[in-house]
Amino acid sequence: MKAGRYGIYGGQYVPETLMSALIELEETYTRVRDDPDFSSRLSWYLHEYAGRETPLTFCENLSRDLGCRVYLKREDLLHGGAHKLNNTLGQGLMAKYMGKRRLIAETGAGQHGVATAIAGAVLGLPVEVYMGEVDTRRQALNVFRMELLGARVIPVTSGTRTLKDAINAAMRDWVANLRDTHYLLGSCVGPHPFPRIVRDFQSVIGEETRRQILEREGSLPDMIVACVGGGSNAIGMFYPFVGDADVALVGVEAGGEGPESCRHGASLSRGSVGVFQGSLSYLLQDDDGQTLETHSIAAGLDHPAVGPEHAMLKDSGRIRYEMATDTEALQAFRCLSRTEGIIPALESAHAVAFALRAADELDRDGILVINLSGRGDKDVVEVAKHHGGLG
Amino acid sequence: MSRIERVFARGGPVFIGFTVAGDPDMERSFFAATAMIDAGADMLEIAVPYSDPVADGPVIERAHHRALRAGTRPVDVFLLLRRLRDYAPDLPLVLFTYYNIVYRRGVDRFFSEAAAAGADGLLIVDLPVEESEEVAPHAARYGIDRIALIAPTTSPERQHAILREASGFVYLISLEGVTGERDHLPPGLAGLVGAVREKTDLPLAVGFGVSRPEHVRTVLDAGADGVIVGSALVRLIEEHMDDGPRLCEALRAAIVSLRDGFSSSSRT
Repeated sequence: MKAGRYGIYGGQYVPETLMSALIELEETYTRVRDDPDFSSRLSWYLHEYAGRETPLTFCENLSRDLGCRVYLKREDLLHGGAHKLNNTLGQGLMAKYMGKRRLIAETGAGQHGVATAIAGAVLGLPVEVYMGEVDTRRQALNVFRMELLGARVIPVTSGTRTLKDAINAAMRDWVANLRDTHYLLGSCVGPHPFPRIVRDFQSVIGEETRRQILEREGSLPDMIVACVGGGSNAIGMFYPFVGDADVALVGVEAGGEGPESCRHGASLSRGSVGVFQGSLSYLLQDDDGQTLETHSIAAGLDHPAVGPEHAMLKDSGRIRYEMATDTEALQAFRCLSRTEGIIPALESAHAVAFALRAADELDRDGILVINLSGRGDKDVVEVAKHHGGLG
Repeated sequence: MSRIERVFARGGPVFIGFTVAGDPDMERSFFAATAMIDAGADMLEIAVPYSDPVADGPVIERAHHRALRAGTRPVDVFLLLRRLRDYAPDLPLVLFTYYNIVYRRGVDRFFSEAAAAGADGLLIVDLPVEESEEVAPHAARYGIDRIALIAPTTSPERQHAILREASGFVYLISLEGVTGERDHLPPGLAGLVGAVREKTDLPLAVGFGVSRPEHVRTVLDAGADGVIVGSALVRLIEEHMDDGPRLCEALRAAIVSLRDGFSSSSRT
């Protein structure tokens, strides 16, 4: 397999000016990966600052209701309220090693923006976050949190005014400032080496889960479920289990208003192969290769493409990709809040929604792990708006 | 000798005008392109509109979106190319595109259609040399020059690798950033032109930010053989798209004024 490729997927489809920055990033990553000083510093930040390891919570109520043994991997308890900090601390430290003096990031739901703002604050790097104007409105709380953390939020008014255009804007900033700026990409998407770096920094989720479930149950889970937008929490959870053929891995994409509605974010389930924002993967595009508009109630899943490693794992059949609609996600949001006292992020609620549906596939002793990638405080206002429709 | 070789072989500096096909619609796009030819453009670079033009600044991005809103599809771009080929049989036409348009259509099919429509060169802005083996055989099969890009950030080793595959001319990116008008071109430009000149016999054209007569002069004094002007012309289309005669006059005046940079350059 060619470097930076996952099967046929991945690659570096970027303008020439960016190549030097990608080469620098790859060289730095190769160096720090084996550097004990880097590892121990990152480990300190993850454990003493961010709050790792996160619990693997056995859900007594949900297990009773669903008829199998349900665990939640509690990334919602990570500092900042989502898994995103695993990656921003790692890349933030890399930026310091590269001598960069500024971080830029894109954000959809605001969680990656918040996590970058946190990393920038603690590591002493100024942060500017590009966020689609539509998302700044539906995730106003996170805009305020980023500003409170000292970051500057730049609303993006071009194109669809959501995550896709926030990434475009960040790439344009980077190409103009790459000597002193690190683009802290938040998902396992984009050109090589980003998908690899983000997957590696997020794999701590799956590594901990593996250890925790073996301690608790003495065996691996029968099924692990995670939501997939760009796919970073899912690849971080799944990667350490890819070699365990008996563990069913299920990625849940945004079904939006329904898979037949054309208003969804299901690039793996409903998309086709193409080049987008630096890599070859599945994406939602028309016959000419123009990117289609997407929709999800969860801003973090409202994206037309997915990481290249997911594309390979879909083709190989190792990971199964399913969808949950807005309505199902809202129901799951409410269900988990009431049965377990845990308010999930709307993104993570997609994984919960599928788990509610799929528990039938498991017997009473079956072990089901849901990656609860983030907490839902940011979504409470948005959910309240839909409350009338919840029934 | 190809049209691209011929236009550079004339010896004088070459003015390359850029426009997005279908901006703001097919008829007016043809009109703007012919106005640029009539005003003295020596070569045209025609962009295939794309939803996510990340190498472009706001002016050209808006042009891409205007063209898409007007319903412009790749087949329309080829049609525009044919009409321009009929209008100016000797004028080199270079197609500028993002790779997904090519990938989606099928690389071989895209090159074959581009060649049939009269394209002399193809520039894929987000296909660096690391990924270009996917297209190289197709470009050769249809006799289309693959216009290579070199940026100020390109290392000498990569310059060599890029130039090994380049044909037609080399597109030098003047600055670190996206397309768009600038007040000044960066001081390192002469160094970049000189460094690439040592490595190739191909003509060198400089683009990105070139928007004033003094920029044109700077580019030529740096030793380049041509300039590529995009945003400054696309902005005129945006400003005057509803007034054909005015647009025509504005494009003419802009190109004549930019070409003044030719005569004041020490190279002519």
